[in-house]
Amino acid sequence: MTDLSKLTIASARDALRKGDMSSAELTNAYLGAIEGAGALNAYVHHTPEIAKAQAAAADARIKSGDAPDMCGIPLGIKDLFCTKGVPSQAASGILAGFKPAYESTVTTQLFDAGAVMLGKLNMDEFAMGSSNETSVYGDAVNPWKFDDRELTPGGSSGGSAAAVAADLCLGATGTDTGGSIRQPAAFTGITGIKPTYGRVSRWGVVAFASSLDQAGPMTKDVRDSAIMLEAMCGHDPKDSTSMDLAVPNFEAALTGDIKGKVIGIPKEYRMDGLPVAIEKLWEDGTAMLKDAGAIIREITLPHTKYALPAYYVIAPAEASSNLARYDGVRFGHRAKLDAGDGITEMYEKTRAEGFGAEVQRRVMVGTYVLSAGFYDAYYNRARKVRALIKRDFDQVFAAGVDAILTPATPSAAFGLGEMVDADPIQMYLNDVFTVTVNLAGLPGIAVPAGLDANGLPLGLQLIGRPWEEGDLLNVAYALEQAAGFVAKPQKWW
Amino acid sequence: MSIDTETARRVAKLARIKVEDDALPALAQEFSAILGFIEQLNEVDVEGIEPMTSVTPQRLKRRKDVVTDGNQQAAVLKNAPDAREGFFAVPKVVE
Repeated sequence: MTDLSKLTIASARDALRKGDMSSAELTNAYLGAIEGAGALNAYVHHTPEIAKAQAAAADARIKSGDAPDMCGIPLGIKDLFCTKGVPSQAASGILAGFKPAYESTVTTQLFDAGAVMLGKLNMDEFAMGSSNETSVYGDAVNPWKFDDRELTPGGSSGGSAAAVAADLCLGATGTDTGGSIRQPAAFTGITGIKPTYGRVSRWGVVAFASSLDQAGPMTKDVRDSAIMLEAMCGHDPKDSTSMDLAVPNFEAALTGDIKGKVIGIPKEYRMDGLPVAIEKLWEDGTAMLKDAGAIIREITLPHTKYALPAYYVIAPAEASSNLARYDGVRFGHRAKLDAGDGITEMYEKTRAEGFGAEVQRRVMVGTYVLSAGFYDAYYNRARKVRALIKRDFDQVFAAGVDAILTPATPSAAFGLGEMVDADPIQMYLNDVFTVTVNLAGLPGIAVPAGLDANGLPLGLQLIGRPWEEGDLLNVAYALEQAAGFVAKPQKWW
Repeated sequence: MSIDTETARRVAKLARIKVEDDALPALAQEFSAILGFIEQLNEVDVEGIEPMTSVTPQRLKRRKDVVTDGNQQAAVLKNAPDAREGFFAVPKVVE
């Protein structure tokens, strides 16, 4: 069997088509690897029967000559996606035992394309977190280590990131509301893209903040992201915000030629206290794109500083509304009631038992900012600031900038448990470079670009024009070629 | 803005989350910290700016107002913590 650490979606696709391997063999190899990787706590629901059946079907399809790119490719699916008959809990106690009677549009499209589901992946509860420490399943662990400390794989798509980095799947689905694909990708040395808002259907994905949520692929390289993204995209009548727009062949856009492309470097992202290693990585990345023929231009996005505070009004507000459905009536957990308890006690006890601390905090902050007397001061003001943040980007793109280069995160992966005593805002700062992109609805991609002094991976982020993921992926591809990042975590699990 | 324990209690009630009395002061403190962070938004000049309603300018699609599915009572009730005789069961609401 091929060395899984060397395999990519593209190379597996080609080998499957040539008949050099079967999806059944490949799937079995991954199931075995997952079996031995319990220490990472990446997979939280295992679906080997489904995987084997899908692999057999994929092999038959490949033999018949009808094989889309994703046919026979083993994937991990974030627990936020509803998968028919398979636990889909959003890593929350409140959805304990929930098995959807339907399949999300994204997983439907992936399975229709022949992809194989190995299992469901760990994440922060309801995608609220940046370290995968708010999960009801316990922490997911980063396969990268130093000093023998266990590190966070980032969040919220921490299980997805750990699984891809540790070769426990060829690709994974992720979702990104404020950085939840790009930050974990950067922390684990993999690639992850959040597409333009409306590119991928949100139907069947447990909602956190509906105006910000987008699903995307997390993969080993840019080409794999292009291939997997194409299979996830497309108009869906079941999601009224999904755009009715043709899906281009993203892989065909990867020429590596970025001569004459204008790359913006936003001065507001040069924050005080940015670690030297991140600053250097950013400078190196800028030089690489310049060497590849791009034109580097300093730009200004004046409202950057207000993105996180605006996000921490808008996202909790939408969450408080979306999470109102978890009431112990239609699905999931219901608290055991005492004699005399009425329906209000049932709601209150159920939600206190079912939601973890961070989710409770955000639901209550959202309730507060939407409450009578505060709606204008907080929620409407935040939506106005959001309009200004988007306008900053619109102006930069109108002035001819093709893509924007920034760091993906303000640090490398930190230790699990290290932020326990920090106030919540310290954790929120993880998303300082990524959250603007969600507020403006733009596509953003994290590409691994180097290692810090401790040998931990660091990522750069590229931000593109709306609906131009192909172009963005191509700039990312050029950066990937120049950076030549090949490091892998040492296997300890 | 500082949030007192009474406000924290009221917000918890509005959010239908039971918070024990002894947990309220810490909760109020966390709210205060988060709202203090959010308060930075007051520095921004938003004069004449419309609040964003949709990040991608698009008119929502319309469809015929017709029934597109149904007859799935069993599937709808399948995940309910307490379903009886084709209904979701809850504690008594009206005396």
